[in-house]
Amino acid sequence: MKRLILWAPLALFILFVAVFASGLISPSSHDIRSQMIGKPLPAFDLPSGAPGHPGLKQSALATGEPHLLNIFASWCIPCAAEAPQLKQLADAGVPIDAIAIRDRPEDVASFLSRWGDPYRAIGSDVDSRVQMAMGSSGVPETFVVDGKGIIRHQHIGQIMPEDVPALLAAVRAAR
Amino acid sequence: MIAEAGLAALWLAAALAALQLVLGALGLTKQRAEMLGGVRRIALAQALLTVFAFACLILLFLRVDLSVALVAQNDHADKPWLYKFAGTWGNHEGSMLMWVTILAAAGGAVALFERRLNERTLIATLAAQAAIGLGFYAFLLFASNPFARLSPPAAEGQGLNPLLQDPGLAFHPPTLYLGYVGLSVAFSFAVGALVTRYVGPAFARAMRPWVLAAWIMLTLGITAGSYWAYYELGWGGWWFWDPVENASLMPWLAATALLHSVTVLATRDGLRAWTIMLAVVAFSMSMVGTFLVRSGILTSVHAFAVDPRRGSFILALLVLYIGGALALFGLRIGTVKEGSRFDLVSREGALVLNNLLLSAILGIVLVGTLYPLAVEATTGEKLSVGAPYFNSAAGPLALLLVAVMAAGPLMRWRRDDLKVVVQRLALPVLLAACALLALTIWAPQIGLLPRLGLILAAGVAAGSVAPLWKRNLRRTPLFTYGMVIAHLGIAVSLAGMASESAFIKETLVAARPGETHVVGPYKVRFDSVEPVAGPNWTAVEATLTATRDDRQPLTLRTQSRSYWAPPTETSEAAIKTVLDGQLYVVLGNAAEDGRWQLRLWWKPFVTLIWLGGAMVAFGGFLSLVGRVWRERRAYGRAEAYA
Repeated sequence: MKRLILWAPLALFILFVAVFASGLISPSSHDIRSQMIGKPLPAFDLPSGAPGHPGLKQSALATGEPHLLNIFASWCIPCAAEAPQLKQLADAGVPIDAIAIRDRPEDVASFLSRWGDPYRAIGSDVDSRVQMAMGSSGVPETFVVDGKGIIRHQHIGQIMPEDVPALLAAVRAAR
Repeated sequence: MIAEAGLAALWLAAALAALQLVLGALGLTKQRAEMLGGVRRIALAQALLTVFAFACLILLFLRVDLSVALVAQNDHADKPWLYKFAGTWGNHEGSMLMWVTILAAAGGAVALFERRLNERTLIATLAAQAAIGLGFYAFLLFASNPFARLSPPAAEGQGLNPLLQDPGLAFHPPTLYLGYVGLSVAFSFAVGALVTRYVGPAFARAMRPWVLAAWIMLTLGITAGSYWAYYELGWGGWWFWDPVENASLMPWLAATALLHSVTVLATRDGLRAWTIMLAVVAFSMSMVGTFLVRSGILTSVHAFAVDPRRGSFILALLVLYIGGALALFGLRIGTVKEGSRFDLVSREGALVLNNLLLSAILGIVLVGTLYPLAVEATTGEKLSVGAPYFNSAAGPLALLLVAVMAAGPLMRWRRDDLKVVVQRLALPVLLAACALLALTIWAPQIGLLPRLGLILAAGVAAGSVAPLWKRNLRRTPLFTYGMVIAHLGIAVSLAGMASESAFIKETLVAARPGETHVVGPYKVRFDSVEPVAGPNWTAVEATLTATRDDRQPLTLRTQSRSYWAPPTETSEAAIKTVLDGQLYVVLGNAAEDGRWQLRLWWKPFVTLIWLGGAMVAFGGFLSLVGRVWRERRAYGRAEAYA
């Protein structure tokens, strides 16, 4: 009996590890299930966020074609880091629209000239109001919106190279 | 160049840690105690190298070197220099580098100063410290390199989270980490003692100052952190049972228990296995805390690079170290001889009760912190147990613990007479009864927990100074004063907590400039709202004037600030401290009709909470100085006789 008690701390600790290892390893637990999935985009009409790009209206996203909607900012370094992946997605024929958060058109323009410009329309959301309404709380985030303007998938944080196939699959599934 | 030098120093330090481990293991298996000299020097060199690497990173932050990724992500040229400096550890990589630096420095300090522990155990201790170091060097170098370059360099730094742009950042994390990581010494001592089966009073006396030093820092860090959250977050609370706070509280609870059990081991040679267990648990709690904070299990998966691989890495380290130590404990402790026994009514008995209660509270906090995470990990649901659980589960135990604290120091070692103990407690009990009477007459409506808290605080304040009663105050050892002041500090802190929750007054108003509102004993006039600008922020500032009876009116200025790098809004609370409490005002949002939201609090005696915390740390400091001084003298005398 006394011997067993001496091993009890180790047994408790192993239990602790088992629970957290399962949490860390199973990838599903790292997708935050967005409340917005399956819901239509909130209504918005944003002015242009960069010269040479039209502004972004929520009704303009319901064109029958699935889109990516990328939420970014010129002051955000992970946004620069995901630029090659966005370009790859654009090259694969996925239309990408964007919302620039708390930004100025001249800063966005220099960001795009530096890191590449995969976007069609760019809306400017100066006070994060639309971002909040979409259930997004940080940059970068990327939404998959289907042809009817309904949110199908939310990717939180920067898009890593290994995330590209999953996003392409999500766009295909939204067709 | 600086970044490369820092990185090189880190690699070298890691290599030295490996060497230290190998030499230590050789010294133990080949029975060559003379290897100790070499191991000591290696530990010292390793400490110097990590300090150098940390200094390199600080320099990079001060110079805002945007070719280093970490600097680009967290620094900004517009920031005042203090925040460039403190920003070094206001991020994941920098704080992990600080962690490792303190770990190596603690090992270096042991190598330099520890003369009482026997040579074999000291070799094993330093080898254990090197083994911990190795894992965390690997984590730093492979998964969180602070010196990684950015190519091409960023045009502009991204800035530091404005909530962290406060002098508190310069003080709170370093002290907390000194405590957190300082506990690694106790862990390594325990592992060393298990390896050589050297558990006894001499071991306990050698370990005690190290535990005490880490515990003092932890106490200071938690106290400072609590005050920082109180004035910086602008929520008006001083403890939120937030998982990150709990992560710092759990090692403190374990270290407090350890501090008391190590005294039993040093004085009476009791509680051998238990003390070793606590030494392992205390630092394990530090590592679990680091894991929770750093793995991204707590911070939601968001913008600033939280990487599940890092979490897995730290978890692997936990398995290795905690699992290893606990397995060693299971294997070895049965072969350590049982210590001496004692009566239930005795100083030891009271200290055992203290340990049991502290452990129970630790268990409650641990479960409350991990349960929501475990649920989230298994089902994906987010939930929070929050303050109601912690207060109702841990509160009564904490009050009981404080009551035991008043009685314990008045008991004799080994065996005591219950009747005599009760007699000694007469004055504290009388004071508590007076407090009860006073509260029943003047404040009959307050809640049960705050009421008990106030009564106990009165009794315990008397009880904690009672050990000085009828003693020659000049010949009383310094560490006894240390204990008295630390226990008194707990009573003071408890009085502050109870009084704040019993008598707090709060008002939330939508006010136009010119209006006056009442909170507690104060009439607060809302004078004006004006825009102001700082070095890296703009704000709207409200000016208010508070009057009370015919005293000098107080002017309060509270701001709602907007920072631009990165863009964030914070509220700067206006806090005025007077003798019997604090007035706390926060400016909220503007309504459309020219009104502003204002939150006003009157918090009677709230400052006692942190004053008490500081007293506890100061008591610990006196105790440390007293112990070290006495042993120096005893050591000198032994030398003279030899």
